[in-house]
Amino acid sequence: MATVQLFVTCLVDAFAPLVGEAVVDVLERLGVTVEFPQDQTCCGQPAFNAGFHPEARRMAAHTVRVLDATEGTIVVPSGSCTDMIIHHAPELMDNGSELHAAALRVAARTREFTQFLVDDLGISDLSATGGGVCAVHHSCHGLRNLGVHDQPEQLLDSVDGLDRVELEGSTECCGFGGLFAVEMPDVSAAMLEHKLDAIESSGADVVVGGDISCLMHIGGGLHRRGSTIEARHIAEVLDQ
Amino acid sequence: MTSFLERARADIGSDQVAAVQRGARRFRDHRSEAVDEYAAMEAMRDRAREIRLHTLANLDRYLGTFADAVEANGGTVFFAADASEANEYVVQLAAAKAVQGVVKSKSMLTEEIHLNDALEAAGVDVVETDLGELIVQLSGDRPSHIIAPVLHKTRFEVGELFRDSFDVPYTDDPIELNAIARRYLRHRFLTADMGISGVNIAIAETGSICLVTNEGNGRLSTTAPAIHVAVMGMERIVPSVGDAAVILEVLARSATGQKLSSYTNIITGPRRPGEPDGPDELHVVIVDNGRSDVLGGSTSEILACIRCGACLNACPVYRTVGGHAYGSVYQGPVGSVLSPSLFDLDEWADLPYASTLCGACLEVCPVRIDIPRLLLEQRRRAVEAKVGPMWMKRPLRAYARVATHPRRYRRLLSVGALSGRLFKSGWITRLPWRGKAWTSSRDLQAPSSSFHRWWRRRGS
Repeated sequence: MATVQLFVTCLVDAFAPLVGEAVVDVLERLGVTVEFPQDQTCCGQPAFNAGFHPEARRMAAHTVRVLDATEGTIVVPSGSCTDMIIHHAPELMDNGSELHAAALRVAARTREFTQFLVDDLGISDLSATGGGVCAVHHSCHGLRNLGVHDQPEQLLDSVDGLDRVELEGSTECCGFGGLFAVEMPDVSAAMLEHKLDAIESSGADVVVGGDISCLMHIGGGLHRRGSTIEARHIAEVLDQ
Repeated sequence: MTSFLERARADIGSDQVAAVQRGARRFRDHRSEAVDEYAAMEAMRDRAREIRLHTLANLDRYLGTFADAVEANGGTVFFAADASEANEYVVQLAAAKAVQGVVKSKSMLTEEIHLNDALEAAGVDVVETDLGELIVQLSGDRPSHIIAPVLHKTRFEVGELFRDSFDVPYTDDPIELNAIARRYLRHRFLTADMGISGVNIAIAETGSICLVTNEGNGRLSTTAPAIHVAVMGMERIVPSVGDAAVILEVLARSATGQKLSSYTNIITGPRRPGEPDGPDELHVVIVDNGRSDVLGGSTSEILACIRCGACLNACPVYRTVGGHAYGSVYQGPVGSVLSPSLFDLDEWADLPYASTLCGACLEVCPVRIDIPRLLLEQRRRAVEAKVGPMWMKRPLRAYARVATHPRRYRRLLSVGALSGRLFKSGWITRLPWRGKAWTSSRDLQAPSSSFHRWWRRRGS
């Protein structure tokens, strides 16, 4: 089976290393060899989305150099970082430069985690077992910029013992938006309230997503409410 | 001026925003049904996009063709470089023709240039004839939605407004309210000396103006008075009648979910000899007001907009804050791109940040304008001009210095994990400085280790 490069993302690295471990476990269970380029850091998305292109370019260039020195599919457990690497990193580099060419090579090799499993490997049953009731939150960038539609549902529905309920407005933004959450805190919080209300009335005891950024937002909101509902990355749910 | 955030803060959770939210969701759902049952929609969107982009790329030529055709039809064309030129033209025309009363059909452009103020300052009596715009005018309010100006008002508020404005008994029955407005407006239509309209689509080859309304007020405003003045942004043009038909296919569906608006008028010139109806004079005022600059810049794609309002309805930020928070005549995602380009980057630089970049706007745009990309471009321009959120510069620059040096980055991970472990519960509930903006409404899971560390240990 294939060898892949894991780009774990800085948020998983710092705030949710268990998600990275789960990704490695799931992939290895399928016979995939996982390599982790240790010089990787941040893809530059926070700076890019805030409009600070020189800073974003430096981080994106670093990411491109590190990943371009490797081979095989680059798997990323985040829709928005995947989107950054595929769509924005090449734009940040001067057209015709070696970095631009490298960014395009890297972009062509990069895949979001659930897309890699379902679309590339053709796997929708990981023989995982679980319990309880889950609901899926669709993160915006994966959904609208990459085409992550029902891959998470396909994977979750194969988990033995796990029930799934529909989440009302599952494709609506949770209000995170990166630095939006601190630049427009009141707006972000009001959007989060809608999302949390929908989650709490769904009957789920775990809300599952593919982006740790949105999940930190949703999970942080649920914890503040004193809710017992957990926000978990899909890799963790599939790795049990 | 106040900031977007300050205005949003004042409005979030209000009854007005709740009304906007209901209305916008209703529009959104209607759009979605209309699109689902129209098999050719996606192809039409592609076609509409091609038409709009082609027109923008050849705007000089099509404007010339259009102006010639209008004049050949017996109309008069005036090119206005900015708002004051446009207003002056209309005010002077009104003075020259001794106009006392003006009826207006809905027009975003005249709101952009504040034509009503200019006319009223000149002593001309102006009445808005679109029901929503009339309500805005009577209440001294501001529109909250591109196509539904009083989306933020309830019929109960309108009932009170009409009772006070027209000296009629209170009613909140929509049909009766409508009848009150009709009675008031009918008289105005018949006595006005000038009718002013916007232009939804200008057709170059025939010199025609296409107007869509749901109330028929556009038809009355442009035919009953002796003078019709149509005011349009210079980008509001398509090459041919066939092209206009394509735009119409996607416009109403995207706006309200209708196949077509109730009234579609195509006006070609003033009344000709022997025709019983129509104005004696037709004046078309074509307004630049910053558009030429936008056309040559990095956000020119926004000029392809056909003003359907679908991006507002789809936007979770718009639905959360309502239209007034944007502070501009153009609200929502399209307004956040348009205002900083068309008006003043400095003054409107915070609007492009009023988005999570979720992409719901692009998903519904009938001409597939990549609004998220344009918002990102506006942010880049704002930062470059040092009018963006410059407080982010230091932390982002510091982070970039760390994230381009793997050893520094790994050290930061270790420091983060060590500090995170100080939070015994595993959760951070209060952060200092800008972090307060996060912990004001949500907790933060404290870091306690890192993936890098796990990978290293696993290998050894």
